[in-house]
Amino acid sequence: MNTPEPFAGEVTHSPVRHHILSVLVENKSGVLARIAGMFARRGFNIYSLAVAPAESHARFSRVTIVVDAESAPLEQIVGQLDKLVNVVAITDIAPREAVERELLLATIKTDVSNRTPLLDTLGGAGAAIVDVDPGAVTVMLAGTPAACDALERDLEAFADVELHRTGRVALPRLGRATPADEQQKD
Amino acid sequence: MQLTGAQALIKSLEQQGVDTIFGLPGGAILPVYDPLLDSSIRHILVRHEQGAGHMAEGYALATGRAGVAMVTSGPGATNIVTPITNAHMDSTPLVVITGQVATSSIGLDAFQECDITGITMGITKHNFLVQSAHELPRAVAAAFHLATTGRPGPVLIDVPKDVAQSTMEWWYPTSVDEYDLPGYHPTVELDEAAVARCVALIAQSERPVLYVGGGALKSRASAELLAFADRTRIPVVTTLMARGVFPDSHDQHLGMPGMHGVYAAVMAIQRSDLLIALGARFDDRVTGKIAAFAPEAKVIHVDIDRAEFGKIRRPDVALQTDVATALRAWDAAGAAPRALDGWWREIGQWRSEYPLVYDEPEANGPLRPQHVIESIARTAPPGTIVASGVGQHQMWAAQHWKFEEPNSWVNSGGAGTMGFGVPAAIGAKVGRPDRTVWCIDGDGCFQMTAQELVTARSEGIPIKVAILNNAYLGMVRQWQEMFYDERYSEVYLSADLPDYVKWAEAMGCVGLRATNVKEMNDVIDEAHAINDVPVVIDFRTDSSEKVFPMVAAGASNDDIMVHPSQRGGR
Ligand SMILES: Cc1ncc(C[n+]2csc(CCOP(=O)(O)OP(=O)(O)O)c2C)c(N)n1
Ligand SMILES: [Mg+2]
Repeated sequence: MNTPEPFAGEVTHSPVRHHILSVLVENKSGVLARIAGMFARRGFNIYSLAVAPAESHARFSRVTIVVDAESAPLEQIVGQLDKLVNVVAITDIAPREAVERELLLATIKTDVSNRTPLLDTLGGAGAAIVDVDPGAVTVMLAGTPAACDALERDLEAFADVELHRTGRVALPRLGRATPADEQQKD
Repeated sequence: MQLTGAQALIKSLEQQGVDTIFGLPGGAILPVYDPLLDSSIRHILVRHEQGAGHMAEGYALATGRAGVAMVTSGPGATNIVTPITNAHMDSTPLVVITGQVATSSIGLDAFQECDITGITMGITKHNFLVQSAHELPRAVAAAFHLATTGRPGPVLIDVPKDVAQSTMEWWYPTSVDEYDLPGYHPTVELDEAAVARCVALIAQSERPVLYVGGGALKSRASAELLAFADRTRIPVVTTLMARGVFPDSHDQHLGMPGMHGVYAAVMAIQRSDLLIALGARFDDRVTGKIAAFAPEAKVIHVDIDRAEFGKIRRPDVALQTDVATALRAWDAAGAAPRALDGWWREIGQWRSEYPLVYDEPEANGPLRPQHVIESIARTAPPGTIVASGVGQHQMWAAQHWKFEEPNSWVNSGGAGTMGFGVPAAIGAKVGRPDRTVWCIDGDGCFQMTAQELVTARSEGIPIKVAILNNAYLGMVRQWQEMFYDERYSEVYLSADLPDYVKWAEAMGCVGLRATNVKEMNDVIDEAHAINDVPVVIDFRTDSSEKVFPMVAAGASNDDIMVHPSQRGGR
């Protein structure tokens, strides 16, 4: 039997001073390359990036970028992003003013006969089983990035795990920041 | 009206008022060259696409309007990447049209395919890969709008061959709303609170300096700057990119700051208590060691591009607008500093102690490059436009030519592109045929793009080129002399190879040479008398001459090295 590697330290998935930029962009080819290229060129770090069509508009997509505000001052990142012609609007959401969620999917190889420890872990995390076969279980957790971090850490105890995370999406917390905070670029 | 994409492209350029395209055809752009035959637009056939790009830049810098270049796909497109970079660094409005392989071939490594929109993503303000003939007019209108508004810059339009060949029903966007640029809002409402904070900072200042950058030229702020300076008596420095925006003859003008700046300009910034940056971006060539730059100064930063605020130096007040608008707002609010008599006394001392100087040439010795420049400047007609390459000759031109008008200095600043001078001078002359255009060039630079003199001769563009032939990559030689123990590595070029006079003649130009002061005066007169063909003069200058003052790279501006003849007192 494989013994899992002892856990060496804290999994810190977010930089200490991260910020969430919710960026409305034109849905045109090359837009992601423009954004990624600008970050690379300027030496700004992206921690995670999630893209999807924006609510109700085929014309626009929403890119949620978690940036490392240590690598550069936030106004620099926002200012340079703002200059990209395909970027329509930028909302900067401070982590404590954000509702953040992320999806984690993991397939854990476990024998049918020995699933109690796994089920305990999943139960504690609030994760759900979404697929099973005799040799493995696929589970998902939609939760805060911290909850995903915790489950990922707990799953280190199992020998053979394939794990994917989506990167987070976020919206301003109600009653703190309002949609009016989404400043049109100018 | 049914048009081909190619016809629509040319017609769109005509709609934009384009009078000149600099370019060179090839397979992918071939369809577009056909309707050009029937157009009123003048096409200037270059000998290398880099020349087309720099000519378009020279045209833009001399006229303030966007320059236009057109080249084919693949190597044609990559040959113009250097000028695009140059224009991007210097915020020069440029529209570059590249041919592309047919849309069905894109991504298949077709003949002369290259991903030019990918390559130029980081060096254009924006670029377009046009997908249909119908979209061409919009792309052209949007490209000019982007290139010339807000912070100007290069915009590239990549046109696949089948798009140029297919047909469309002619239309042209009539308003900005039709440009399909939902994310582009170049003008911002003036922040009156920030204006008031500027006025308050100015009112408290005793040692203010107007640190004027290229943005002042881009916003055509000469008149406003003159009025503001006259009224407030605040000293003015103009960066390499801003030379000409404020007259050098004005007694408040201290000259150029920075690595090879005038001593008084550098020191005024260093000792100032309020730095008023107008369309300037705190380039390392101006600031030297940033931690030691203007240590006691509060900073007002005016820029149209908010990403410049705090990029290098954190401003006390940031005012996002164009320079002319800011100056008008301050004037309306009566912004004025305290009495500046003490400040002017201090500056006066720096000026009289450390003016720009150079050693007089000996009668039969080699020429002094600074003396050559001053001699040309003295005899050139008013309004002469000066272009330059990059190197020592460029710094001497920026220091010793006396600029009186905006758009009279055509130069490669941010990128420092050797070979810029000759094609840029040609472009400037095309844009301003009424003006005399001199290119102050280096022997190294001249060898990079000289073939465009063939273009100049065949198109009837009579520029004048002064090669300050020091037989070296002089600027690099200077660094090796001063910072590498005089270990000269790969900087020697030879004064005689090539023979510049014969080379000029082979290109259909008049070639002249001067080795001493008498010959120098004669050939300058001769050059001024020739107005039908380009003239090239090989001025044999002293190889060991160095540019002073100088702040070593990364050093504090306080450690400025003045001319050796001025060092006794320091
Ligand atoms: C395309 C390019 N290559 C290299 C350089 C580095 N460089 C800067 S100045 C210079 C020497 C220029 O020589 P020359 O044109 O003779 O001018 P000088 O300094 O002698 O006046 C060089 C090689 C550059 N700026 N641009
Ligand atoms: Mg030289």
